Amino acid sequence: MTTISMTVDGVRYDDDVEPRTLLVHHLRDRLGKVGTVVGCDTSNCGACTVLMDGKSVKSCTVFAVQADGTDITTVEGLAARDGEMHPVQQAFHETHALQCGYCTPGMIMSAVDLLAENPDPSDAEIREGLEGNLCRCTGYQNIIKAVREAGQAMQTATAASPEPATSDAGNGVPGQQPAATAPGGPAHTTAVGEVRT
Amino acid sequence: MIPVAFDYSRPAGVDEAVQTLTDAGEDAKVLAGGQSLIPMLRLRFAAPSMLVDLGSIGEMHGVREDGDDLVIGAMTTHDEVLKNPLIRAHAPLIAQATATVADRQVRHLGTFGGSLAHADPAGDMPSVATALDATFEIAGPSGRRSVAASEFFVDYLTSALEPDEVLVSVRVPKLAGWGTHYEKFNRVAQAWALVGVAAAVRRNNGTIEEARVALTNMASKPVRAHGVEEALAGAPATAESLAAACDHAAEGTEPTSDASASADYRTHLATVLTRRALESAAGI
Ligand SMILES: Cc1cc2nc3c(=O)[nH]c(=O)nc-3n(C[C@H](O)[C@H](O)[C@H](O)COP(=O)(O)OP(=O)(O)OC[C@H]3O[C@@H](n4cnc5c(N)ncnc54)[C@H](O)[C@@H]3O)c2cc1C
Ligand code: FES
Ligand code: FES
Repeated sequence: MTTISMTVDGVRYDDDVEPRTLLVHHLRDRLGKVGTVVGCDTSNCGACTVLMDGKSVKSCTVFAVQADGTDITTVEGLAARDGEMHPVQQAFHETHALQCGYCTPGMIMSAVDLLAENPDPSDAEIREGLEGNLCRCTGYQNIIKAVREAGQAMQTATAASPEPATSDAGNGVPGQQPAATAPGGPAHTTAVGEVRT
Repeated sequence: MIPVAFDYSRPAGVDEAVQTLTDAGEDAKVLAGGQSLIPMLRLRFAAPSMLVDLGSIGEMHGVREDGDDLVIGAMTTHDEVLKNPLIRAHAPLIAQATATVADRQVRHLGTFGGSLAHADPAGDMPSVATALDATFEIAGPSGRRSVAASEFFVDYLTSALEPDEVLVSVRVPKLAGWGTHYEKFNRVAQAWALVGVAAAVRRNNGTIEEARVALTNMASKPVRAHGVEEALAGAPATAESLAAACDHAAEGTEPTSDASASADYRTHLATVLTRRALESAAGI
């Protein structure tokens, strides 16, 4: 057993894990974060995507021990405390970007990751940005539309807020990393502090 | 599936990593980004007794200039390589090929060194390193050694690394005055190359002075297309002479047949993709 400590959706967890435990199993089976699903278990489908220190990763292809000391965001951590959905969730809802919904948690996390780096992607950039996520139902059309609309909504919200805009970060500029913090900006951070062992 | 149980260690430095590997014996394995190793562990194609995680070794991270070379830390992720200004300026071939590797999630974790140490003939980095005449800097129990790209790749999933050795960094020459291009053909749903071609060309006005060409997935390890290189040395920089040289592209290759492509089709692709890669690299 190895002791690891990570923050998941704003809550810190300390646990003993077997080194062979995959992050997705730790999240689902130990922490009850069942919003993150296993689709293929072969690192191809992206259904298990979460953010690790702000960057999208396939949680079926990371050992929990590798995530020691990191900050994880799952699809369960996107909405605001009062239940207000994240703009990407809202856009998936409004544009009917899902049918069975199995790929959706991963699609949403990949879209959040993409928009943090490239706030105004072209349709081609969205398709390429989501190449690690497979959908067997929708034909992708409405997913592309949802990401485009979420990007626009997030830009409008950023422009309207008094906070300094962060939208010039990333966008493929070499060496520039966008803010790797809470997706969706301050309005969507969850309270931190609870410790579970 | 769940991997076989293993011990886990996360050393803080290269020497400690080598010591841990030496102490643990042949069944220990290095863990870098895990993007090739974890899928293999999950399928139980591999069952190491211990994983030595290089994730906390700062000195294996990042890119620096050293005279006429760039030195790329083995643990630099594909994503970091892609965004690195030194690589974009002095080794754009690496950046261009890295952009075609896998997807965002895999590029966030997978490492430059891991994709070389893995020595997958379908991987994009091995042929790029071969075309660039990269040098591999390796640490082992008896100290450090350097291995040329032509010696590093031995066979399918087999490199010159011993079980108790760590690939620390990779040295690539800055190619001033060269044009480069990576041309890759893959199915839409999978980023793995059916065939890929890494090309670098140095021109003097209307003449090609030197060309370097390496092929992805045309044998059990990356192959230099020497026939093409020889045909182009001193040749006129025209579409006709490039096309004629590409008749040699598949010489000395041993492509496999699988569900995605037959060996004959791969041979055809090698010829076509080499021409495209050279035209882009030479600006024709
Ligand atoms: C869905 C998917 C698609 C992919 N598509 C592509 C693609 O299109 N093109 C491509 O090139 N690759 C592709 N890959 C592979 C990817 O590039 C991996 O990142 C890479 O092959 C391995 O790097 P890693 O850091 O994850 O190494 P790991 O998986 O951690 O290690 C791989 C092997 O190398 C050894 N190793 C790693 N680092 C060192 C070191 N420093 N010293 C000694 N030994 C070491 C390990 O022991 C292991 O045997 C894909 C992977 C996935 C999951
Ligand atoms: S379940 Fe992780 S990529 Fe499919
Ligand atoms: S909605 Fe069913 S897999 Fe995407």
